[in-house]
Amino acid sequence: MSALAKDESRLLYTGMDWDFPLIQRIYGALEEIALGEMKLDPMPNQIEVITSEQMLDAYASTGMPLFYNHWSFGKHFARNEAMYRKGFQGLAYEIVINSNPCIVYIMEENTVTMQTLVMAHAGFGHNHFFKHNHVFKLWTDADGILDYLAFAKSYIAQCEERYGQAEVERLLDAAHALQSHGVHRSPRKRAPNLRTEEKRERERREHGEKLFNDLWRTVPGGGRRKGQNRSDEERRRALLGLPEENILYFLEKTAPRLLPWQREVLRIVRNIAQYFYPQRQTQVMNEGCATFTHHRIMTRLHEQGRINDGAYMEFLHSHTNVITQPSFDDPRYNGINPYALGFAMMQDIERITLDPTEEDRFWFPEIAGNRDPYETLKDVWANFRDESFLSQYLSPNIMRRFGLFLVNDDEAEEYMKVSAIHDERGYRNLRRAISRQYDLSRRDPDIHIVDVDLVGERRLELQHRVHDGVQMHEGDLGEVLQRLADLWGYEVLLKVVDAETEDVIDTHEVEPNLPFGVSA
Amino acid sequence: MHIIDRRLNPGGKSLSNRQRFIRRARAAVRNAVREASRGRGIKDMDSGGEITIPSGGVHEPTLRRSGEGGVRDYVLPGNKKYVEGDLIARPEGGAGSSGGGLDGGGEDEFRFALSDEEFLDLFLEDLELPDLAKRQIAVMGMPEWRRAGFRAYGSPANISIPRTLKNSLARRIALRRPGPADIAALQADLDALERDGASEDEIKQARLELERQTKRAVTIPYIDPLDVRYRRYESQPKPIAQAVMFCLMDVSGSMDEHMKDLAKRFYSLLYLFLKRRYEAVEIVFIRHTHLAQEVDEQTFFYSRETGGTVVSTALEEMIRIVRSRYPVNAWNIYAAQSSDGDNATSDNPRTLSLLTDTILPMVQYYAYLEVGPDHPIAPMPGLDRPSNLWRAYELIQGPKTPMSMRKVNHRRDIYPVFRELFQRQGAEAA
Repeated sequence: MSALAKDESRLLYTGMDWDFPLIQRIYGALEEIALGEMKLDPMPNQIEVITSEQMLDAYASTGMPLFYNHWSFGKHFARNEAMYRKGFQGLAYEIVINSNPCIVYIMEENTVTMQTLVMAHAGFGHNHFFKHNHVFKLWTDADGILDYLAFAKSYIAQCEERYGQAEVERLLDAAHALQSHGVHRSPRKRAPNLRTEEKRERERREHGEKLFNDLWRTVPGGGRRKGQNRSDEERRRALLGLPEENILYFLEKTAPRLLPWQREVLRIVRNIAQYFYPQRQTQVMNEGCATFTHHRIMTRLHEQGRINDGAYMEFLHSHTNVITQPSFDDPRYNGINPYALGFAMMQDIERITLDPTEEDRFWFPEIAGNRDPYETLKDVWANFRDESFLSQYLSPNIMRRFGLFLVNDDEAEEYMKVSAIHDERGYRNLRRAISRQYDLSRRDPDIHIVDVDLVGERRLELQHRVHDGVQMHEGDLGEVLQRLADLWGYEVLLKVVDAETEDVIDTHEVEPNLPFGVSA
Repeated sequence: MHIIDRRLNPGGKSLSNRQRFIRRARAAVRNAVREASRGRGIKDMDSGGEITIPSGGVHEPTLRRSGEGGVRDYVLPGNKKYVEGDLIARPEGGAGSSGGGLDGGGEDEFRFALSDEEFLDLFLEDLELPDLAKRQIAVMGMPEWRRAGFRAYGSPANISIPRTLKNSLARRIALRRPGPADIAALQADLDALERDGASEDEIKQARLELERQTKRAVTIPYIDPLDVRYRRYESQPKPIAQAVMFCLMDVSGSMDEHMKDLAKRFYSLLYLFLKRRYEAVEIVFIRHTHLAQEVDEQTFFYSRETGGTVVSTALEEMIRIVRSRYPVNAWNIYAAQSSDGDNATSDNPRTLSLLTDTILPMVQYYAYLEVGPDHPIAPMPGLDRPSNLWRAYELIQGPKTPMSMRKVNHRRDIYPVFRELFQRQGAEAA
């Protein structure tokens, strides 16, 4: 009896209802575990309570609290709303924004247990990941994103006022179509821009004139000749930074007919695409990290007697919902669930550090039994992305648990073939294949701008390197190329090249229909 | 950590995007609304609902890998029986459905819900109504705002200065606030005392009194927030009467689907107009061949009858119903008849006499709509003879008759019938 009374006094809450002081208290308890025990290091949190309608609003603009206006967001809103109203789709419990302070939306309808779960998941899990993962560090600026979005919104609104909504909408349509190819995939050396190039050329010439000495001509030696003989074509390509895979970037910098405001709009679309690029690269890890964190924090709260059994059961109910992985033959199957895979792998890493089997010692000699799960995980969270994470840490144990198998589907064959399963022979193949599946540069078509003739016809030439014979979606391709030609202002040529044989399979030529940048 | 309560922030952030989307998909949405309105009851014409549009116009193309062809690897979970080297038949309708395989391919249709206003707006647009008429229908009956006393809070624009000053005056009197004149008098008293060389005591007292009153003039403000009063308004519904609308239609075999659809649109529009004007609108459907009967909406539009055409039976039925259920002094009666113009020649005199003697005196408005085929076969000049019923009705047309008649072959012809109705009522109001 007395033990029960003591327990009661430690409980953070009972029942379902919450209020603001309670949220504050719960947050304190979460922080104790997350910072004290797990030694996480998140950005400061800002928790915002919103209604379901506001959640729908936030959905429509890719979760961001403010975004420029475009019909496509209205379309997403209309679809989500219809699905939600009919009960086909629940709302996410939370949205978290990678900004500093990190904004976590929680919905007013949620029970107090759900609020606790959400704060642990987003406010500590995602938040820590955003702050420390290297792709986020490299590509996103958490301090500046909200200001930038505010700027983008007002800039585009101004453009609409000045140049008309229809024209801005058409430009955004075109830019959105190329958004998937508007990101830098690797950090680049600063793009050689034409003006600095010219300056450098002039300085080099002046330097040469200063040092001119006719005697040098008599010195034998042909080494220098080679550099000067670079063909015009190569030189031009080097000047323009070709080949270039970031199409929007190239258009912004080089398209001959675009007006300054149009370049700025392309830049906005491209910057926002770049901001979201890390999230696409780290889905499994990000969700794995957040799910692991909330699971650990909730379990610790229960162990400490700060939430009661009922609340813990409620938590487990939604937790297991989230990490369900239906089999491939299940009607609910919709790809590999990043929550399930991520959570399983994080837990597995913890197990390997604490209680490794012989197999683990063989596969993961560097971490097996190091008895420091949190530091190991934090190191993983900081230094990998999905592709490298899977190829490094997907253990045979997990492959067996998920029953993973690899199916090879060759168009030329009558049947698909199971080429690896979760057994001794298949582990490495499986791991390589699943890691490739999460490699964005393999998932998006491999397209480069390879040449442009700025003096003559001004034709823009692109190359699509086809891997494994998988071509692009025909209907979409035509539409996107048309928009690209309108942006470029002149003819666009796309060569489809087989990556292995270098044979040209197909070419598409598109003339601009209604080029941008020509004042009517 | 901060907690911010955003719940009170204005919602509807996506509204402008939504409008842009609907404008973008306007043509498709309008078609969808046309389809939807065909399947709806007349009374439901101004409520929103779910519609489905083809995704073509609102498709967002991207550079993406095609869903089929080539050599692909899928990693799938949940293996139960396969071992390495097994061959599997390709599933129907595109393969694998793994992360790389199926990326949002099945987007042939786009389904979403329109609000009441949006639906009505598009429905009216489809009828090609002029803007003025649209406004007259689409604007909800504004409640009338009337002055209703005062209250202690409100917006600055509504401050009632007279009432505020009145309160202020009452308060100042009650608290005996000294005015500038009182202060001046005290000052004069003090000056006089000083000048006259009164006793120290008296001067001191007068000075103290002056100080006290000056202070009170400051502490008791001229206008206190307590005094401020705002004008209060109350919304009052305008007095609204009730109306009944009779739909008469010839359902003999010569009326085809197109004609019935036109008629339905006409009735819908009339209903919408009436609904804006009257609080309660009832609809009575009367169909006739050589016999007339009152039916429900479904039967009215969708069931077929065979028989000759005798219009007077419908008029008689209408008169019977009016007499039994809708006393003329309590109801505004509207009637709309649609027909392809056939009538038994022998019936014309009876029809006319019923109309002129009984019906026209009791109705607000009687509309006759002669519906024709969508693409009438170009008749030989001179052969374009007006129909039997048309010629008969023309006899009773006059400037004072509350009746209009139109020939309608296309949706866009429907509106002019209403223009007449508007003009008449506008003239009345003027």
